[in-house]
Amino acid sequence: MGITETDNVPKVFIIGDNILSPLGQTTAENLEALKGGISGVKQHNDLFCSPERVAASLFDGGEISKIDKNYTKFENILILSIYDAMAENKEIVAHEKTILIISTTKGNISLLETEPHTEALNTRVALHTSAQLVADHFGFKNQPIVVSNACISGVLAILTGTRLIRSGVYEHAVVAGADVVSQFVLSGFQSFHALSDSVCKPFDKARTGLNLGEGAATVVLSSHGKTETDVKVVSGAVSNDANHISGPSRTGEELGYAIKKTLFNAGLTAHDIDYISAHGTATPYNDEMEARALNHAGLQQVPVNSLKGYYGHTLGAAGLIESVIAIHAIKEGLIFPSMGYEENGVSQPINICTELLNKPVKHALKTASGFGGCNAAILFSK
Amino acid sequence: MGGAMPQFYSANNMAAKKYITASCHISHNRVYQDAGLVFESDAAPIDDFLLSVYQHFQFSYPKFYKMDNLSKLGWLAAEVLLKDSFDKTPHKAEYTGTVLMNANSSLDMDLKYARSMQEVPSPSLFVYTLPNIVAGEICIRHHFKGENAFFVQPKFDGAFLKQQVDYLLDTDTLQTCICGWVDVLGQEYQADLFLVEKVKRGDAKEFLIENIK
Repeated sequence: MGITETDNVPKVFIIGDNILSPLGQTTAENLEALKGGISGVKQHNDLFCSPERVAASLFDGGEISKIDKNYTKFENILILSIYDAMAENKEIVAHEKTILIISTTKGNISLLETEPHTEALNTRVALHTSAQLVADHFGFKNQPIVVSNACISGVLAILTGTRLIRSGVYEHAVVAGADVVSQFVLSGFQSFHALSDSVCKPFDKARTGLNLGEGAATVVLSSHGKTETDVKVVSGAVSNDANHISGPSRTGEELGYAIKKTLFNAGLTAHDIDYISAHGTATPYNDEMEARALNHAGLQQVPVNSLKGYYGHTLGAAGLIESVIAIHAIKEGLIFPSMGYEENGVSQPINICTELLNKPVKHALKTASGFGGCNAAILFSK
Repeated sequence: MGGAMPQFYSANNMAAKKYITASCHISHNRVYQDAGLVFESDAAPIDDFLLSVYQHFQFSYPKFYKMDNLSKLGWLAAEVLLKDSFDKTPHKAEYTGTVLMNANSSLDMDLKYARSMQEVPSPSLFVYTLPNIVAGEICIRHHFKGENAFFVQPKFDGAFLKQQVDYLLDTDTLQTCICGWVDVLGQEYQADLFLVEKVKRGDAKEFLIENIK
């Protein structure tokens, strides 16, 4: 028994969204870039004095308008993303049943590279400090919530907001995620030999690793939909591999379980799903695990893509950016090709999308997996 | 203590009651199990204290030694939490999960990694620069495969924690949840973990905000 569609459980509608990335400052600009097959990933020869060439999707500095010098780049992009996503729903800020939820993995960690280490710095880099600054900028009434659960943070943040609305605690949830690229994060992924030096190739035979990316994205959730045809968050689930803190499950059963539970709670079967936005980091083990998970859940025929070739891996923003694209797949009947994919490189069959598909999408599934063995799935429906 | 209270289910109350069937608190060189002091040590700094807890309870888990202090603290608290009262056998792996919270995320390890990255960045340090790794370590140890969530809040927020755990148990997403606070920064550390279940065992207190303060 799950909380499913009943009269006394509110539905959760998506009433606003934004993607702020090197590909554009609005969702519309991002969709245009993706339609044009444009990637934000570029090669950089001396990023943070890295001796190795790095391919990453970075803001070049010029495109982000600075709000106030007291905000870091991380906070700045969060604020800009939230501002645009709420453009048509500004009034909910002052509502006592509105909650701000922030998703991030490393927030202001780059301050450790530039500032002397003091007690005050410990507070300044705290994720809840950034969340409160952002909340105060807009005037949200309630203390914000920070979700920091590795690479599933964005999906888990949307799920957390959905559950808070379903249980009646809040009526609106503004869910925003962001991460920026720092020497800290770059050197860490380099130490894992997890980075590709060119645009990544999720699920491809020749994939060599991931690209890091910067970005922010926001979804505005509400129990008050404007129309019954607004896209809804229908269900979601989280699981843990209980296998390894830095390597995914060998079988994919645990992500498969989260997906199956998500479908079950929605009262759907694998045949009902029209599109899957995979995590698809382009590391050998992640993509193999995901292909196995999709097969466990019977989803091998469903068109699937990874958007990491366009955005790189934006960590705490990834689940949000990719969910916004999934939401617009439903709204516009558009599924983008999985950039970088040419030849199957996973052991189980899956239906990787290789060209722009125009087809009706009623149900779209977004999945994510991360360090600590965590997996998440969330379902958006018309 | 609510030991004598009979179980009561109101027809108007959709959700069944939940109970705190075990708890563990670790701070200021002391370890409490279900409110009783079970270990005290002068060992300092924090690394030595955490090792002294591990040795006192004669835990045997070689992976402990490679963990960062946040994971060691959370792992130890979970061991003490589960060592006597928890019977794993009736539980499916998918129905046990964690909801954890702290103020400093993984800053303790972030500072250590930031110092080391100028030399040779180490993947074995970098992996611990995420707060939810402690949940991963607990799940690996006990083979728990249910939901995890990690929240970063300025201070312990019992109302929010209870709301999250209630949702997971009321919807039968989980049957058992390990929840609470695990925070480390330098020599400061505090763990307050609670085992929350739908069944009342012994003199278990009801899972209420006032009982997790």
